[in-house]
Amino acid sequence: MKVLVPIKRVVDPYTKVRPLADGSGVDTSGAKFEINPFDEIAVEEAVRIREKIGDVEITVVSIGKSECEEQLRKALAMGADKAILIESDAEFDSLSIAKELAALATELQPELILMGKQATDDDCNQVGQMLAAKLNRPQATFASKVEVSTSGVTVTRETDDGDETLSLPFPCLVTADLRLNEPRYIGLPGIIKARSKPLERRTPATTPVVKVRVVRVEAPPAREAGRKVSSVSELVSILKDRGAL
Amino acid sequence: MSRLLVIAFQPSDAVASAGFAASLGLPWDLLCLTGASDLDLGNEKIISANLDLIPPADGLATGLAKAIDGYSHIACVSSMQSKDFLARLAGTSDLAMVTDVVGIDSPTTFKRPIVAGSIIATVEVLSSPVAMTFRPAGFPKPARSGVSVQESITLETPSKATIVSRSVRGGARPDLSQAKVIVSGGRPLKDAETFERVIGGLADKLGGAIGATRAAVDSGIAPNEIQVGQTGKIVAPDLYIAAGISGSTQHMAGIKDSKIIVAINKDPDAPIFELADYGLVADLYDAIPAIQNEIA
Ligand SMILES: Cc1cc2nc3c(=O)[nH]c(=O)nc-3n(C[C@H](O)[C@H](O)[C@H](O)COP(=O)(O)OP(=O)(O)OC[C@H]3O[C@@H](n4cnc5c(N)ncnc54)[C@H](O)[C@@H]3O)c2cc1C
Repeated sequence: MKVLVPIKRVVDPYTKVRPLADGSGVDTSGAKFEINPFDEIAVEEAVRIREKIGDVEITVVSIGKSECEEQLRKALAMGADKAILIESDAEFDSLSIAKELAALATELQPELILMGKQATDDDCNQVGQMLAAKLNRPQATFASKVEVSTSGVTVTRETDDGDETLSLPFPCLVTADLRLNEPRYIGLPGIIKARSKPLERRTPATTPVVKVRVVRVEAPPAREAGRKVSSVSELVSILKDRGAL
Repeated sequence: MSRLLVIAFQPSDAVASAGFAASLGLPWDLLCLTGASDLDLGNEKIISANLDLIPPADGLATGLAKAIDGYSHIACVSSMQSKDFLARLAGTSDLAMVTDVVGIDSPTTFKRPIVAGSIIATVEVLSSPVAMTFRPAGFPKPARSGVSVQESITLETPSKATIVSRSVRGGARPDLSQAKVIVSGGRPLKDAETFERVIGGLADKLGGAIGATRAAVDSGIAPNEIQVGQTGKIVAPDLYIAAGISGSTQHMAGIKDSKIIVAINKDPDAPIFELADYGLVADLYDAIPAIQNEIA
């Protein structure tokens, strides 16, 4: 079975970022970059599926600048078999990324596409669903459990008020949520070892037509500084005074 | 011609949409997938689909592909369910899409939070139609007006996915996204029983809802649907009480619109104190029963 896992290079989610002074973009100078945490969970799940059922080939793909190699190498170190870097400086939005990935999926014909439910930089939560639509595959988003059989997957997904279990035939697409698994720790030796795994560089198959563009960024409105209270009774009387209790 | 279609998954979405529609300033129609809607929200038409059950996203997107004809804007209240569906529809119908709109500069320029709410981006939409999800808290409800025309629609929603089971939790407490008071707990709550007794106990006393951090949900202390934050629920109550919560960027992303934030944490240097209106340095196991006594 073939599994395709698209991954995105994002600024480390534990780093505090600010807008650039001129509002033209996000200041990421000096920040670390990582695999988008949800995509990392997707890579981990693909590896666990292989560990469980055997004959699975895992391809990871990233679209972007040359630096994305760092994240692809990490995914290889986690256990992916090969990586594709679609190298481009062009501007993409979710829909144009989905189209580029659709072109690749049409070529590779993976039974399963596993990816993160959203990227922690743009927080869009769109590409998985758009890609599934472009490929006319059924989708299961927000997955917290994936079970693979010979004909498809059974996915438990988190919903707004509980959970839902869907059964999808291959070919299909699943997006990972936080509780699907905890990605394994990869040390430096693992990353060095992954250097010998194949990483193919290519140019995009499509020309991105951007329909949504960020024109300005700013800091969110600041909340007024609060204060500490010294006791429960002080707290309760303030809240009563303000009509909150 | 510019015209907005709001797709409501449930009747409460319809009411929550009126403010957004008024801010956008376009004539609008409402498509109710389930249930009925109030008739005086300011929209021209109410189109009822009368579905008993929301089908999987691929089926729903197929079913609605024709219904969006003639609209320049297609919008849903932000939720996991609406994101699952609307991005699918955007893929099917090749639409631009904007997630989690919190402000409108013009019918093609919107504000939305990015990077766990640490930045507000202004995005421009360069093609029409556009699909979007929005957070109702940013859009004050207008006065009710008008009477809408009612229509019904039959949707064919063929899906390749099969629903094996659905479980809906919840119960007597108010819904997180509508609640006036929320009591939330984090990692130190130990286990589900303690969480329910301590956090649930205070919430019930205040007639409020319960929320939790990712850490609490991951460790099985609290159910997934009450996670608050970047990738959970976005809430805007009058009062948010955070007990045993450190104040990570990802959690704070979900509570910034609360009117009053109270933090109870035994670490005086916990980051949540920088954002809370009132901070109490205390052990939550002492403070919460004391609060209950005080208000009794
Ligand atoms: C991609 C991604 C998405 C995420 N999305 C979310 C999200 O949507 N929501 C979310 O909440 N998190 C999210 N997180 C996780 C987030 O980064 C934090 O790890 C999490 O919010 C921490 O939860 P916590 O405050 O309960 O735990 P901790 O950070 O461990 O804090 C516990 C706090 O409790 C205090 N404490 C301990 N004992 C007591 C006591 N007896 N009385 C009073 N105080 C006590 C401690 O001083 C501490 O400050 C996300 C992370 C990532 C990477």
